[in-house]
Amino acid sequence: MTGRISRDGAKSDVLVSIEHVVKEFKVRSARLFARTKDIVHAVSDVTLDIRRGETLALVGETGCGKSTLARCVVRLHDLTSGRIIFDGQDISSASERAMRPVRRRMQMIFQDPYGSLNPRRRVGSIIGDPFEIHDLARGDERIRQVRHLMELVGLNPEHLNRFPGDFSGGQRQRVGIARALALRPDLMVCDEPVSALDVSIQAQILNLLGDLQEELGLTYLFISHDLSVVRHVSDRVAVMYLGTVVEVAPVHALYTHPRHPYTNALLSAMPIRAAERAGDRTEVILAGDPPSPMDPPSGCRFHPRCPRAQARCAIETPVLTRRLHDASEHVTACHFPLADGESLVSEAPAMALS
Amino acid sequence: MIRFAVRRLAWSLAVVWFVATSVFAIYFAVPRDVARLVAGSRASEQTLMLVRKRLGLDQPVRVQYVQFLMRLAHGDLGQSFQTQEAVTTIVARDLPVTTSLALGASVLWLVIGVGAGTIAATRRRSRSDRAINTVAMAFYSMPTFLVGQLLLFFLFYQLYVAGYELFPPGSYVPFTESPLQWARFLILPWASIALVSAATYSRLTRGAMLDVLHEDYIRTARSKGISEHRVTIYHALRSALTPVVSQFGIDVGSLMGGAIVTEVVFGLPGLGREAVQAIANQDLPIIMGITILSAALVVAANLVVDVLQAVMDPRVRLE
Amino acid sequence: MTAGVKADIRVRGPWTLALERLRNDKAGKVAALVICALVLLALLAPLFSRLTGHGPAEQFLDIGLSPEGVPTGPSRRFLLGTDGLGRDLLVRIVYGTRVSLLVGLLASGTAVLVGTVVGIAAGWYGGVVDRILSRAMDVFLALPFLVFALALVAVVGSSLTISVTVIAMFSWASVGRIVRAETLSIREHAYVQAARLLGASHARIMFIEILPNVAATVIVYTTLLIPGAIVAEATLSFLGLSVVPPAPSWGNILSDAMAYYRVAWWFIFFPGAALVVSTLAFNILGDSVRDALDPKLDHDSGAAHEATP
Repeated sequence: MTGRISRDGAKSDVLVSIEHVVKEFKVRSARLFARTKDIVHAVSDVTLDIRRGETLALVGETGCGKSTLARCVVRLHDLTSGRIIFDGQDISSASERAMRPVRRRMQMIFQDPYGSLNPRRRVGSIIGDPFEIHDLARGDERIRQVRHLMELVGLNPEHLNRFPGDFSGGQRQRVGIARALALRPDLMVCDEPVSALDVSIQAQILNLLGDLQEELGLTYLFISHDLSVVRHVSDRVAVMYLGTVVEVAPVHALYTHPRHPYTNALLSAMPIRAAERAGDRTEVILAGDPPSPMDPPSGCRFHPRCPRAQARCAIETPVLTRRLHDASEHVTACHFPLADGESLVSEAPAMALS
Repeated sequence: MIRFAVRRLAWSLAVVWFVATSVFAIYFAVPRDVARLVAGSRASEQTLMLVRKRLGLDQPVRVQYVQFLMRLAHGDLGQSFQTQEAVTTIVARDLPVTTSLALGASVLWLVIGVGAGTIAATRRRSRSDRAINTVAMAFYSMPTFLVGQLLLFFLFYQLYVAGYELFPPGSYVPFTESPLQWARFLILPWASIALVSAATYSRLTRGAMLDVLHEDYIRTARSKGISEHRVTIYHALRSALTPVVSQFGIDVGSLMGGAIVTEVVFGLPGLGREAVQAIANQDLPIIMGITILSAALVVAANLVVDVLQAVMDPRVRLE
Repeated sequence: MTAGVKADIRVRGPWTLALERLRNDKAGKVAALVICALVLLALLAPLFSRLTGHGPAEQFLDIGLSPEGVPTGPSRRFLLGTDGLGRDLLVRIVYGTRVSLLVGLLASGTAVLVGTVVGIAAGWYGGVVDRILSRAMDVFLALPFLVFALALVAVVGSSLTISVTVIAMFSWASVGRIVRAETLSIREHAYVQAARLLGASHARIMFIEILPNVAATVIVYTTLLIPGAIVAEATLSFLGLSVVPPAPSWGNILSDAMAYYRVAWWFIFFPGAALVVSTLAFNILGDSVRDALDPKLDHDSGAAHEATP
């Protein structure tokens, strides 16, 4: 993995270092005599760097653990094991009090514009929360700041006394963004920020996010299941499957020569807008049962659905490393990565789970 | 299932223990001179000393507490200050009355409540529905004793004046002696407890049934051609009963209160009236005994209801 | 580029909407009026005393009782009749309003306060705190109220304070349970996560994020607890466990009436009516408030009924 982790506190180009993070949830079984090990392996040994100023996208299907990982990064969840290092500081097991100054530097925008704002509070009060919690501005000064933030995200400052119910979905996301920006964080985690919005509004919000990144020097961890959205906003992309990272690459490289079969499948399912490519696209349909994070397959987790899987794949978990002749930035966790131009057409999985 | 029942049983015992301890605390820890309470304010110092000795008051509180628990475990609830009779004897005498009252009333209120609620639900917005709703509203705004007094006035006294002594108050005939007479003396008391609760249950049933009647699986049943009658009784009612049973568990405690008050109004020789009289006489052991016993009975009834619920709905067992 | 708020819809917050719904509820308005009248009566009780010339504890053994020593019925002198000791029933009933309202409001208020705090704390903190508090709630829900009131009064003696305390003690748990359940669902919402992310303290989250969202339920519960408290107080004073005679309370008037019910219908009817009317008014108001704050639960509205998942 590229990027240095600074040990002497000096500014390096890595803002967040995720090291071997594991997050498991214990599940209460509905059966009377439950197996003692009913555990959801949401995130299994993920190591990733987020570099200052970049937009790193985290993509994968529902249930792959991307949202959980994001919440681990901002410490909304405690880690089962592993470390999160934020700008040189290990925050993996910091107490709430120790976290307080760090919280100002990392914020999140949520997926659901309807659930992310308290319906009983006025929008101005919601945006003003960070100022109150960290005692940064009071009274008129706070109102001034709130209005400024509202303008920044494209809302009419006159509406700060309205309730969230009076705003549309896209506007509510803007409120959420304003709230997150109030403390001028370094890291913004965007958890599917446009998935719940109409396509026409999506573009507006994405543009806003891009403008804000330039203006304020933000670093984004952008989570999405939608590869078409990700393509236009990210610098690098990390693909997750069932709790593990299977491929990380600069965005152009990922879209032109993906290495991992799963990435290939995801890309092939993407709606294509360019008419000229539509003709020669074949969609890879993954056969086999969708797996359960409670009982993940051995070895490479994708092997039961992979058309290329061989015996080795069930035994040896592939490591994230350079494959073929890729640049050091492009790493893949696969024993039999795809070559340039290669694509998997619909085939039965080579090794189904017994 | 067994694990669930055992857990609930352990909890019930813990609650009864808690009650016993609280009772002990208020009766022995709070008053500065229990002996004086017993012996009367004009008792001589010597009498007081004898009383203290007899009640074991000269020993430290911890010892008294342990003795209290031991006696309780053996079913000894002490003796009445007034008559020296064992409290357990008194309770045994009164219990059938209160039990008859409670059981009859609860059957009555469930039948009336669920029945009325079902009618109201199936005839939504009709005159019957509105009438039932209004009557229900009026009844559950009334305290049990008031209903009792009104029943006494209208269904006993007015009839009596007109020459029909149908439901006189003040007596109790055991079921074993004559079921008819037993019921005759208990009808008005049953009604006074039942009517208030029935009102609540009719609203509850109505609401639950309305929820159920609009569910998809009911529509499916109807479209299959099953008669409306069957739809209502078998399918809808079964689901609607769950909140009713659940509510009943919560209400078992108030049955006790209703019984107490009704016994006073109708002069029935049950635990309630016994307790109220004991207060006037400052007969502490009786009050203590009845308190602990009632708590135990209510907790036991709750246990039964919970187990029944768990049998009906397996999700309950997870709690 | 400024995004505009939905321009042609009048902007109203959730509370304003609720008030509007209330305003259109006829039964609710009547109930509210009745309650105001009751409050007035309670406040102006001494006025009644002055106007009629009879105190609440004043016995008129000569003119108030018949030659046989039995209470007299409604007359010009005693508008609602007299009781067993020749006391003016009207004045006593009006003074009784004070007791009922005072206990009703104080006891419910206390119960709701305690129940809300406990419920939110149990729901928010979870874990051990939740388990302990939930158990406490279970205990109080399981136990019979009247029996305990009896036990307590036997030792401590009866009084208004005991009345309020006992009623509050046995009412808070049901509020607590409901509030806890609501808190459990509210805490999963993203805005609560956002508050945590901002570094808000537990107290701030409970008070500012959760409380306003349970407020609607709490208000409904308060209006429903009040009639229960009034009935409970009446029952307590009926058994002689509340205010000390000769202070009048509807319950103890009715208790006195037991001996005379065959000969003095007014003795039961008037205080009984007062009780029923007050409780009914609060019940109706409670229903209206509930409908105003949560129209989805209304089973009678003309709108199509939807089964909310």
